[in-house]
Amino acid sequence: MSAELLRGPYKEGFHDDLPVVHKVPKGLKHEVVDYMCDVKKEPDWMREFRHRSLDLFLKQGLPEWLPGLRDEIDYDDITYYVSPVAKSERRWEDVPEEIRRTYDKLGIAKEEQKLLGGLGAQIDSEMAYHNIQESLAKKGVIFLSCDDGMKEFPDLFKEHFSKSIPPEDNKFAALNSAFWSGGSFVYVPKGVKCDVPLSVYFRINAEQFGQFERTLIIVDDDAFCHYVEGCSAPVYTTNSLHSAVVEIFVKNRARCRYTTIQNWSTDVYNLVTKRAMLYEKSVMEWVDGNLGSKRTVKYPSCYMLGEGGHGEVLSLASADKGMWQDAGAKMVFFAPNCTARINSKSISGHGGRSSYRGLVQVRDQAKNCRVQVNCDALILDDKSRSDTYPVMEIKGDLATVEHEASVSNVSEEQLFYLMSRGIKKEEAISLIVNGFIEPIVKELPMEFAVEINRLINLQMEGSVG
Amino acid sequence: MSDTFEIRNLQAKVEDKPILKGLNLTIRKGEVHAIMGPNGSGKSTLANTILGHPKYTVTGGDILLKGESILDMETDERARRGLFLAFQYPCEVPGVRMSNFLRMACSARVGREIEVMEFFEKLEAKMKRLEMDEKWVKRYLNEGFSGGEKKRNEILQMMMLEPEFAVMDETDSGLDIDALKIVSHGVNELRGPNLGILIITHYERILRYIQPDVIHILVDGRIVKSGDADLAKHLEEHGYDWITKEVAA
Repeated sequence: MSAELLRGPYKEGFHDDLPVVHKVPKGLKHEVVDYMCDVKKEPDWMREFRHRSLDLFLKQGLPEWLPGLRDEIDYDDITYYVSPVAKSERRWEDVPEEIRRTYDKLGIAKEEQKLLGGLGAQIDSEMAYHNIQESLAKKGVIFLSCDDGMKEFPDLFKEHFSKSIPPEDNKFAALNSAFWSGGSFVYVPKGVKCDVPLSVYFRINAEQFGQFERTLIIVDDDAFCHYVEGCSAPVYTTNSLHSAVVEIFVKNRARCRYTTIQNWSTDVYNLVTKRAMLYEKSVMEWVDGNLGSKRTVKYPSCYMLGEGGHGEVLSLASADKGMWQDAGAKMVFFAPNCTARINSKSISGHGGRSSYRGLVQVRDQAKNCRVQVNCDALILDDKSRSDTYPVMEIKGDLATVEHEASVSNVSEEQLFYLMSRGIKKEEAISLIVNGFIEPIVKELPMEFAVEINRLINLQMEGSVG
Repeated sequence: MSDTFEIRNLQAKVEDKPILKGLNLTIRKGEVHAIMGPNGSGKSTLANTILGHPKYTVTGGDILLKGESILDMETDERARRGLFLAFQYPCEVPGVRMSNFLRMACSARVGREIEVMEFFEKLEAKMKRLEMDEKWVKRYLNEGFSGGEKKRNEILQMMMLEPEFAVMDETDSGLDIDALKIVSHGVNELRGPNLGILIITHYERILRYIQPDVIHILVDGRIVKSGDADLAKHLEEHGYDWITKEVAA
């Protein structure tokens, strides 16, 4: 049985014939970098940054602790810049009709914008649409494509860009730094609370393509913002690559929540670097849902730079046939009196594999820090697999570290209990699985919670022998 | 036939160990039967076998619900047809809300999606009878419940699902006297011409609150003696020894 069939109707698996505004030849080439810089009319420092990053990528090996991926991706068989649009629009009506049609099919309907503080839509390499509510714009909130952010707010941009994730950080950060395009630039001014989420949808339409959006979020002192991203791609027989870099700066006493519902098709390698810098008494919450992709490698991280910060990662992974969710979290304490919590839940079924990989590092100067790690894995059948790789490096004094991990199956007793009430076996399994992920799902915005439950139920279908 | 639950010469094993060795029992709607027996006599095996727990294998005999054999039916189908088991140790299902689970079960029982309003009206009424706080519906199924709360929850489910025949497996165990009274009160309310009840118990205590019509004594996988309420009293005074001796002789 093919993976698509197992996942039920992966309704995002279609592709559209879209106009080609930009398309470069395949392969890792400095010429591609130059083409992009020319088209985007970028400053010289960015051109240099991109070329340097490409050199770094070519030189750099994969981290030793990372299994697989060595011979899996043919980087010369991927197109690094494709765009069906010329620029990012601020009125939906101005977005080319074909693109709007794609987004209609994905259910990113115009109506939904009313519930949001802002909406962005990226297709392949470029943002097709990016708009923010009038009321938020008036308060000085900036919500643009990352490219437009660089042009319109060059100083703010340059002050933060690549400062938390330099291209030297890892091979995929280097790749993104060389070919980055699209993504969001968000600035929330001091004391401003964005009480409605800013939402962005990433769509891959092209085949054998690499999407490298770059997101930079700055939440200034005492401000708050919730950023939500979703994504999908067509089902092809070839592979694509999605390698994003997300940098977040949460200034003093500010709070940021970043929610991801990753639902790529099983053709996509999803290799993402996400990092938040936390200043004094700030709070960062990553809510990371990984439901699709062929392989995901992603460990959202919090770097606690200021005293009294709190970092949190809620991670949910569902690995179905043909998927390997290698997800987790990274918490690094540089300052005293900080706290962090990691709560990871994974489900593996139909031969899928999920790994929790976590790093907790408490540096010398970080006294009196507390961190709590909880990871639970649910394995649905004996073809599937789950591993846990927690690493703790504790140097600071008076650190409190708790780590709890569990691996379970759907128990015969639970099944019998539910079925003894007239509930069918498949529904009973679905209840148990949804109950297992409930602590994370209840943190999600309503429409995402409903979507996750739907997707999980689809994945459960046919999981009963 | 349409109002009986009948166990005919039932033999069942766990793994390779025979536990039930030819058990016969007929319950009519409106009747309350009690099965008493010492540890290891097969009481829990009987309860689990009736609902088709996969760990128990029927090796002979039959179980008939309203004249129809249920041995080929899955557990959920047996339940939808009107069988109910109040568990000795109800298990915890984390993250599954009571209200969600109960509405699903009730819908399965009646074969249609029950309206939210209709469901909650009924639920609230039943919970009041069992002196359950309304916060219960928001809790996760049995998660963090005390022993007494779990047992009360079993009776609540029984009230909501309105079975035709209910098996109560050691419902009295682990209950303090107040909880026992509440639970017994609930069961007595359910008693009536549309329900047959089989109480499985080690102790006579619960039978002071729920008076059975017939008492059976189970020893080594067979019913060795049946009688009226006096039999329970006799057991209370003399223990199980005399009956095992009588059987052996």
